[in-house]
Amino acid sequence: MTLNRQPNFDDADAFYAALIEAHRDFSDAESEAMNARLVLLLANHIGSHDVLFEALDTARTSVLEERT
Amino acid sequence: MPASHKNAVYVYRHSADQDAARPVHHPVIVVGAGPSGLTAGIDLAFRGVRGVVLDDNDTVSVGSRAICFSKRTLEIWQRLGCAAPMLEKGIEWRLGKVFFGKQRVFEFNLQPEPGHGMPAFINLQQYYVEEMLIERAMRLGVDLRWRNRVVGIREHDDCVWVDIDTPDGRYVLTADYVVAADGANSPVRDMLGLESAGQVFNDQFLIADVVVEAPFPTERWFWFDPPFHEGQSVLLHRQADNVFRIDFQLGADADGNAALEPASIAPRIRAMLGDKVAWSLDWASVYTFRCRMMERFVHDRVIFVGDAAHQVSPFGARGANGGVQSAENLTWKLARVLRGESPVALLESYDNERREAARENILNSTRATDFITPKSHVSRVFRDSVLRLAANEPFARALVNSGRLSTPCAYRHSPLSTPDADRFEGAARPGAVCPDAPVVRLGRREFLLDSLGKRFTVICSGGGLPEGLRDDADIDVLEVGVDFDDVEGLVSKRLDLVAGGAYLIRPDQYVCARWRVPTADDVVTAWRRACALS
Repeated sequence: MTLNRQPNFDDADAFYAALIEAHRDFSDAESEAMNARLVLLLANHIGSHDVLFEALDTARTSVLEERT
Repeated sequence: MPASHKNAVYVYRHSADQDAARPVHHPVIVVGAGPSGLTAGIDLAFRGVRGVVLDDNDTVSVGSRAICFSKRTLEIWQRLGCAAPMLEKGIEWRLGKVFFGKQRVFEFNLQPEPGHGMPAFINLQQYYVEEMLIERAMRLGVDLRWRNRVVGIREHDDCVWVDIDTPDGRYVLTADYVVAADGANSPVRDMLGLESAGQVFNDQFLIADVVVEAPFPTERWFWFDPPFHEGQSVLLHRQADNVFRIDFQLGADADGNAALEPASIAPRIRAMLGDKVAWSLDWASVYTFRCRMMERFVHDRVIFVGDAAHQVSPFGARGANGGVQSAENLTWKLARVLRGESPVALLESYDNERREAARENILNSTRATDFITPKSHVSRVFRDSVLRLAANEPFARALVNSGRLSTPCAYRHSPLSTPDADRFEGAARPGAVCPDAPVVRLGRREFLLDSLGKRFTVICSGGGLPEGLRDDADIDVLEVGVDFDDVEGLVSKRLDLVAGGAYLIRPDQYVCARWRVPTADDVVTAWRRACALS
């Protein structure tokens, strides 16, 4: 299995709004803790070693590219 | 010295070797009488090689130190005839509890899989283990020499010269091989100008062994960030004699000496056990640790085992267990080489296999260490999130790592293994330890691993034994239904062994080859490969 990078949301706008809404009234520390839990929940749901490693690599590369 | 145990003292005895005009020669000299060195000495004796074991001290481990001995280690000691007293004295626990802050986030029950001769592990103080190994070594006639300190070592083409200091002065021995089991700070390693490289961890830990007289549960408790020791971790588990090991993480900046003061230890323990539990401090020690290994374990005629070769953090019980497993890996090979049955190349497989095991052990213990002592802000955020989720989310418990169960390495790259040509289910692949299972042999209930002898063994089923192998001088045969009964069907299940099939098992109980329908040529070719004869 490989990481699906094509649009896959049932409702992209609704998800995005819910994501931001879920952080409402949170301090930075609380948001950070929530994001960590979200990553863990989703990672377990995906489960697949290959997909997770590809996602980690893709996310990390994206951040590294901002350095330049 | 702990109050609950008085270490045995072994008397220095003058050896006739010390008066010899020329250096006396021995096939093997083992340096260091810890768990690894003693196992090597005993296993060599068991295989007919009478080694000399030198130790610079005259007693066993001061303090409990290694306390968790795994199933594979116990299987090795069972084979060597010394597991019974350990099992009797040791503690088996099943129930573990994990706390985070004030909250108990979850508990787990390590229900062992039935049908194995040895438990998943026992807790037993290292001094007991060493005393029991020494007793076994003495019975087998191993030449144990106390207060014999190695002060020099010189490798020659045909032997090693060892300079030894004793209360009666110095003497010299020569040996075909030296097994260096002289610990993490191995003087032999230093004398040869070799090093063990890896990661240094700055976190300090305080071990307090506490005697609790009142009934107290036989459970393992692990606290992350407890209210009585904020920002750190604490581990509590039981050993023999009502002694409880308490491991306090102190952090990198703590004053280790101050932490050792009874006035500093007592309030922590009281906060942890509560006011109602009566206890007394038995022994305390502060330690830091390293994860490191040598680039090569075999240096011509000097071979490193145990902490001298590979050192891990204490989380996950892979130090002493890894050392004992290295010793066992080496001894059958050394015995074959010394008898001229295999070329020196066989020893290279010790290097290959046990460096793979050391890498695996270091990986596992480093992962546990990084979970217990997060090294960055984000790593602490994830760690704490895992622990918070673990209270209600079973999936998160899989990520909680306070030390994984110590399991033996299944060698993936062993030159001694014959790759599978047929499909098999289960974990008993070439390079893995042969699984255990209940059997009846000669009318007696025992376990499959008890039935394996000192040599290679073919385990086969229903006509899987090729012609002529019964008479092979170097291979024992265990045929299901002929040599033993697979009373619960677990041999066939765990090995995926059906009629016509066969396994070839090494003298250290590792699988080296298996077939659905072997020919005699298959078996002999695999045997030659496992002996480095091809």
